[in-house]
Amino acid sequence: MGDADIIPIGTRGRPGRGSGGNRPSAPARDLAGGRAGARRTPPPAAGPRPAEPGASAVGRPPTTTAERGPLDGVPVGDWLSAFQQAAVELFGDDAEAQLARFLAFLRRRLTGDYVVDEFGFDAEITQRFFIAALRPIAQRWFRLEVRGIENVPVEGGALVVSNHSGTVPVDGLMTMVAVHDHAGRSLRPLGADLVFRLPVVSALARKSGTTLACNDDAERLLRNGELVGVWPEGFKGIGKPFSERYKLQRFGRGGFVSAALRTGVPIVPLSVVGAEEIYPLVGNLPSLARLLGMPYIPITPTFPLLGPLGLVPLPSKWVMEFGEPIRTDEYDEGAADDPMLVFNLTDQVRETIQQSLYRLLVDRGGAFG
Amino acid sequence: MGKVVLVTGVSRDLGRRFARAIADDPAVDRVIGVDVVPPRGDIGPISFVRADIRTPVIAKVMAREDVDTVVHMSVIATPGATGGRNAMKELNVIGTMQLLAACQKVESVEHVVVKSTTAVYGATSRDPAMFTEAFEPRVARGGYAKDAQEVEGYVRGFARRRPNVRVLMLRMANVLGPGVQSPMTSYLRLPVVPTVLGFDPRLQFLHADDLVAALRHGVLSDVAGTFNVAGDGVLTLRQALRRMQRPTVALPPAALTGIGQLVRRVRLAELSPELLALLTYGRGVDTSRCRDELGFRPDFTTAEALADFAADLAPTFAAPDLVLGSLEDRLRSRAAVAAPPAEAGSATDTGVVRPFVPPGGSRG
Repeated sequence: MGDADIIPIGTRGRPGRGSGGNRPSAPARDLAGGRAGARRTPPPAAGPRPAEPGASAVGRPPTTTAERGPLDGVPVGDWLSAFQQAAVELFGDDAEAQLARFLAFLRRRLTGDYVVDEFGFDAEITQRFFIAALRPIAQRWFRLEVRGIENVPVEGGALVVSNHSGTVPVDGLMTMVAVHDHAGRSLRPLGADLVFRLPVVSALARKSGTTLACNDDAERLLRNGELVGVWPEGFKGIGKPFSERYKLQRFGRGGFVSAALRTGVPIVPLSVVGAEEIYPLVGNLPSLARLLGMPYIPITPTFPLLGPLGLVPLPSKWVMEFGEPIRTDEYDEGAADDPMLVFNLTDQVRETIQQSLYRLLVDRGGAFG
Repeated sequence: MGKVVLVTGVSRDLGRRFARAIADDPAVDRVIGVDVVPPRGDIGPISFVRADIRTPVIAKVMAREDVDTVVHMSVIATPGATGGRNAMKELNVIGTMQLLAACQKVESVEHVVVKSTTAVYGATSRDPAMFTEAFEPRVARGGYAKDAQEVEGYVRGFARRRPNVRVLMLRMANVLGPGVQSPMTSYLRLPVVPTVLGFDPRLQFLHADDLVAALRHGVLSDVAGTFNVAGDGVLTLRQALRRMQRPTVALPPAALTGIGQLVRRVRLAELSPELLALLTYGRGVDTSRCRDELGFRPDFTTAEALADFAADLAPTFAAPDLVLGSLEDRLRSRAAVAAPPAEAGSATDTGVVRPFVPPGGSRG
């Protein structure tokens, strides 16, 4: 019985659903126009049914559903060579080494064999993923132009003080990219406590090097010789209406100046033009914001109107200018506790940024040019 | 004349281990262990006195034995065998008050060393990344952290009233080690570890051996004050669980509270609100003063303490490591096989053998 080994596909020409049963299906019976009595006819008892598992004589064990997975039974070696060939196709002849490197990287990540610093900063993932993902946005979408990068110290602590705008703090992310790509350093941003209250955002923020905007953390980072980024306008800056664009808000309480004074690091003023136009804030829902515990709920020309599509930032042209560093190491010991000096320095930084904002705006021309 | 050391809370594992460690020191004459229940293990040369530190009896014990150093290790994090939360609070707070009252009364006492915890700092989104000892902790809402804060308050009050007594408070990070029972260790021992969705807190650990060594160092030194004690470095929770090869399930906080009640009912672990806060916002403490002023440096880093703790546990989720490891090994062995011909073909690139050229090679 040679054909006992053959597992039939379909119904073998007989009417029916191919379910292995011998009775034709109801539509087939209708088509055949058979006798009504035929329905009661029991299936012929004679002859083993080919689909019956017990029917297979020798050789092949019965087929079970567990074996039918398309991925089963492929040896690891085959998988590997398939991967290798795909990789060679994609990356060329260096692929094998690259694949090995990538696998090693993946393994290191999945077994927790990496290092985070005391702030939770994960340099590897930041450089390989966050910055890499943001870079095309900075270069292609916003056509980010960076000026005065030579004002960022090559090493040692420094405090980058920037204007803040854009409803969503995209400018912070872009500054991280600019500093990483042009100055070759990791910017350590200081964020509001809301950042660390939000799920997902909090984890990403810590991993990318952000820490809480408080004097303890700022001074600790600066003492460690890090490049710290601060946006003293805070929510007043990013949440201001579009009509007030490029008008700097109050610069907090000058905490950043006293942190710089205590650690004697230079303050690098940074002016960012372009972020104001990405999500023009035309309205606000203060009561809903209060209910949700958020500083504001923005309404932009596109946001609630177009749904998730409204989250796509408008492609404005960005210019970022790092200004001349303001030295703080010339003041004497107790300078950080002299409120007048702190206020004066704060105003000086603010004025510098405001002036260069006006200059850059003229330079840039049209917002989407 | 050597020291006479009184250790409270010797029925617990860490208390017993510390008491035995200090008893071995040549500078120490006698060690008296005090607790309400006798210690389970071998206590070696320690003389155990069954006394309740919540009663004035403790003063009599101290006077009779001529104690000069008191090590208070009886501030507990879990109710455990003592009963409910009320019993725990009473043991922690009233016990400390009585003990300090006794210390104040007994003239012979010259050193008081208190084992406190970094839980006093709490964990919120508004906290600095690293707490220094100078940070004024926010008032905790309840539980162990509140007990520890109150205990610290009484200890500070005692230090003011008896300025001639050296008072040393050591704020210990979460203690890990083989056999250590604490809310954190029972959480990490869960076969599937629930985490807070969207948060990856920073954690610091202290190895149990280092805790004992720190207390011992504290007893033998002459430094007073409050110090943070923790292993060097930090790990994030997810990183720690990956290193331990434990599967995780991320849950929103509300679901996690439910899970917490469930695991408490089956006595697997207790996810107290303060542990949940720690697992959400994380905490780091600055140990530079401990290193520089107290002169103590833990042998185990945070990562090493975790590794030692995990060595005892069977990994429940080793698949990623195994799969990637075997894949990597195969790739390496293949590369080793493929490499010689490429090198033999000298500098020319044409010598590289491509394993397979697809029919109609559409590359490029």
